[in-house]
Amino acid sequence: MENKTTEHANPVDFEVRSLDTMCVNESELVHPWWYNFKYAAVGIIFGIVFIKAEIISWFRIQEMFRLQSFHMYGVIGTAVVVGAISVFLIKKFKVKSIHGEEITFTDKKFNKGQIIGGLIFGLGWALTGACPGPLFAQVGTGAFVILVVVLSATAGTWVYGKFRDQLPH
Amino acid sequence: METITQPWPWYTAGIIIGLIVPALLILGNKHFGISANLRHACAACLPSNIPFFSYDWKKESWNFFFVGGILVGGIISTLYLGSDEAVIVHPDLAKELATYGINDFSGMVPAQLFSFESLFTVRGLVMMVGGGFLVGFGARYAGGCTSGHAIMGLSDLQWPSLVATICFMIGGFVMANFILPFILHL
Repeated sequence: MENKTTEHANPVDFEVRSLDTMCVNESELVHPWWYNFKYAAVGIIFGIVFIKAEIISWFRIQEMFRLQSFHMYGVIGTAVVVGAISVFLIKKFKVKSIHGEEITFTDKKFNKGQIIGGLIFGLGWALTGACPGPLFAQVGTGAFVILVVVLSATAGTWVYGKFRDQLPH
Repeated sequence: METITQPWPWYTAGIIIGLIVPALLILGNKHFGISANLRHACAACLPSNIPFFSYDWKKESWNFFFVGGILVGGIISTLYLGSDEAVIVHPDLAKELATYGINDFSGMVPAQLFSFESLFTVRGLVMMVGGGFLVGFGARYAGGCTSGHAIMGLSDLQWPSLVATICFMIGGFVMANFILPFILHL
């Protein structure tokens, strides 16, 4: 881990990103662009599950927030249990990626953003009935108007980036 | 085939989604997350010298492929895996929605709320443009969305992710139960 940070081409860039995003690309390897299709394959499976388990349904999200249905709690709860067992096993057996790279984890640092941003996100989630993943699946079902929601969410991200320094963290 | 075309139970969905976490890690040391895509899109299209968007987004392009896959998955299941039956809605919710004139449960995205026509109504504008903005702004402010915090973060036992997840739920409860009724009345 120590040499990893020093090896990195732009350590400042890495540090900033690791604080800011949950989606930091931990990999140091460079591959041809078409290697990325393996992630598209995983995405396709994810998209199918979204639809088939009605996770992208506005009604399911409303039922979740009104405590009228166990469905979404079951989905997220099971996913976390399976995910946690997987992460535990990967750490315990020091499983490597298919390219022989060590799998790394970054601890999240707490800041007020997780509270304020979290509350704001929750308000939006109940309005649109979709978090970012399902939005893309909804577009796939032919609900093209959801592209407006995606664009607006991108605008929200941009506005956050623009006024980041003025916001409490 | 019957089992595939019927709506899938929560445990099937939960197990598959949970397995996406190790799948991405093992395929290339990638951490499950969706909302960062919106940031990468900003970095790619409109960085405007904002430090938050000044990084090598190309290195994160795997994430675009991942959401591209989600979109394709949506197309595949809509076209081939038969999911156009009406959504079964809890009777209490159906009763409440009927008071706002929402009675069409034929799609998972209710056409009476989310359509190009309703985009030009106050209600539609607030729900689509306003809701989308809150999702994008909030997710980045919180440092992740449901996938990055609630699933990846909790799987890695990160307590800040638990804080974020609890706040997502509080925000959602407040909106659905106390604010949304007024918006739906618009």
